[in-house]
Amino acid sequence: MKIALKNIIAFNPEQNLNKKTSLIIEDGIITKIGNITPEDSKNSKVYDLTDKYCSPGFFDMHVHLREPGREDKETIETGALAAANGGFTGIACMPNTTPAIDSAEVVTFIKEKAKNNLVDIFPVGAVTVERKGELLSPMAELYDAGAVAFSDDGVAVKSSRILRTALEYAKMFNLPIIDHCEDDSLAGGAMNESFNSTLLGLPPIPSVAEDIIVSRDLLLAEYLDARIHIAHISTRRSVELVRMAKSRGIKVSAEVTPHHFTLTDDAVKTYDTNTKMNPPLRTNADVTAILEALKDGTIDCIASDHAPHAIEEKEVEFEDAPNGIVGLETQIGLAFTELYHKKILSLEQMIEKLAINARKILNIPIPKIEVGAEANLTIFDPDEIWTVDISKFKSKSKNSPFNKRLLQGRSVAVLNKGKMYYKGSFIEI
Amino acid sequence: MPLTSRHLLGLQGVPKEDILLILDTATTFKEVLDRPIKKVPTLQGKTVVNLFYENSTRTRISFELAEKRLSADALNFSVSTSSVKKGETFKDTIRNIEAMKVDMIVVRHSAAGVPYFLTQISNCNVINAGDGTHEHPTQALLDFYSIREKLGRLQGVRVCIVGDIAHSRVALSNIFGLKAVGAEVSVCGPATMIPGFIEDLGVKVYHRIDDAIMENDVLNVLRIQLERKAREYFPSIREYHNYFGITRERLDRLGKDILILHPGPINRGVELSSEIADGMNQIILQQVTNGVAVRMAVLYLLGTQN
Repeated sequence: MKIALKNIIAFNPEQNLNKKTSLIIEDGIITKIGNITPEDSKNSKVYDLTDKYCSPGFFDMHVHLREPGREDKETIETGALAAANGGFTGIACMPNTTPAIDSAEVVTFIKEKAKNNLVDIFPVGAVTVERKGELLSPMAELYDAGAVAFSDDGVAVKSSRILRTALEYAKMFNLPIIDHCEDDSLAGGAMNESFNSTLLGLPPIPSVAEDIIVSRDLLLAEYLDARIHIAHISTRRSVELVRMAKSRGIKVSAEVTPHHFTLTDDAVKTYDTNTKMNPPLRTNADVTAILEALKDGTIDCIASDHAPHAIEEKEVEFEDAPNGIVGLETQIGLAFTELYHKKILSLEQMIEKLAINARKILNIPIPKIEVGAEANLTIFDPDEIWTVDISKFKSKSKNSPFNKRLLQGRSVAVLNKGKMYYKGSFIEI
Repeated sequence: MPLTSRHLLGLQGVPKEDILLILDTATTFKEVLDRPIKKVPTLQGKTVVNLFYENSTRTRISFELAEKRLSADALNFSVSTSSVKKGETFKDTIRNIEAMKVDMIVVRHSAAGVPYFLTQISNCNVINAGDGTHEHPTQALLDFYSIREKLGRLQGVRVCIVGDIAHSRVALSNIFGLKAVGAEVSVCGPATMIPGFIEDLGVKVYHRIDDAIMENDVLNVLRIQLERKAREYFPSIREYHNYFGITRERLDRLGKDILILHPGPINRGVELSSEIADGMNQIILQQVTNGVAVRMAVLYLLGTQN
């Protein structure tokens, strides 16, 4: 098959590429960049993409796929479809499945199930067996099977001692430990501790519960010269700690979710369980600090923490509801609306935080836009205005606080592994 | 003049006029309670469900009696476990109850926000009988009624709420309501039992009970929970009693006469000494009677709106 992407703006900060051109793709490989000849048009399917951009395919490094274990909420297939629909060509899936991703067999199971999907799926292995924080998981076997990082996901690595061991062991593979930073002796509430938690009478989670574990992790990473990645950073103080650590040369990276830079705990006021997540939505001061940290590079990338939950699990008392929201299909819109159009980030920074940096953190090659390269691309329109409609989500779950929200910026198509996802269907390319 | 809301979910945002209307209406109903035949036909034909997801004999009986005095059909629906554990979702339970053509729901639940959630999934009038550590508006209203009965006014009265403010549903309702009617509100307790940011509500914080007694007209003393979880917040009952308990000696030493309220049941020897508790028996029992009158007023005002 042969397709032509006509009048597109090819954009990749890694290649200093930013030019209006056309691309010919044959059997999934970019075979020409430049003017389309009448000959080209004749034997290929032509897409006119005037004013649209293409960049290395977007990558989300924090996704919960629920398979194996809770296939009623999401499967590898529906998660991959949601990712394609949201504008991603690659995702990393977290190990809080049942069983956990703590054996080579589970890594292989996921990779096997995912292999025919357009979207590349990279499993994150558990740090400890069953994520219990006691015995180290077989990290070398996980690595050999294809794990791209390790995390006890959903909880912090339980003790400083086991984290130390994991950080040292992971150095052998140059992989980071991804930590969910939360001191569980201080946490355990339902929302951020603030004026709002006092007004709403909900059990609070203080921001310092996150900051304490971030501090521990940074100090251990420094002491061991090892790599730590802070998952879904959410507090002002944690951001300051990571900034300071980076200036000291500590090998730390950090991600933030769209909901943590878009919403504050004011959103909890209606007791909508789709505003219940962990870490909880924080205050204005935290959001301001996060925006500043995205701008100055303290925060490396944007990740959704896509957490599908069944309707009946969320339609309950706030305190009993599970944490988390689906995010794959709103991430790009929220990021462009809140960061690009509000002039927090340049287009170049946007692509770094949506496509490039996450791959760097996980040692995954960054797709190139050049002749001979496999077409691994996201085509996007930064200006398209659209309304979120959860009923149109490809994800099995619909738990989003962003339903009916007006957004600006959207993925038009994704291309990878010889396929293109465009307007709701897959096309061989 | 009707109330401005279809529901009583809490006292946050409730205007002064509504609160005073409830209290004035309660005065009328209190007279009914003194008659030989203590029943009026006001809510005849209306069905009220008392939906209690948490044990509370006093509040439930008070509501039930209020409903019966107004000639409403009262149903009690007690659920000992939360819906999640039971398997049926809360929403399904409510849909089932509503299908029985119920007009009003009085709800008590251990989780904050449940009364609000109820209004989203049902068309009934909803009355909050206590949700988690959020609000308990009828308890606060009966406190106001009792204060007004004793002191003749609410405007300018200085009220201090004493005890575990952070884990109380009564405190927040008292704070919102008292501020609305022009009273001054403060709280007193160990620092671990005062919720963060409470001062942003315009509430003064005391950590010394003597100061609280000297600078206030009313103490609303909360029950201290004695179970282990609550005990994480103070070292021992002895220490709590010595530093925050109200005793005869303390009041004599300060030479201050002060009105003391307590929502009951009292832990004697903890927040109040037995001597004080016995001395206040009368007001505590008045509070109980006032509770029925206030709940009648709320049920009447909400139930006859449409």
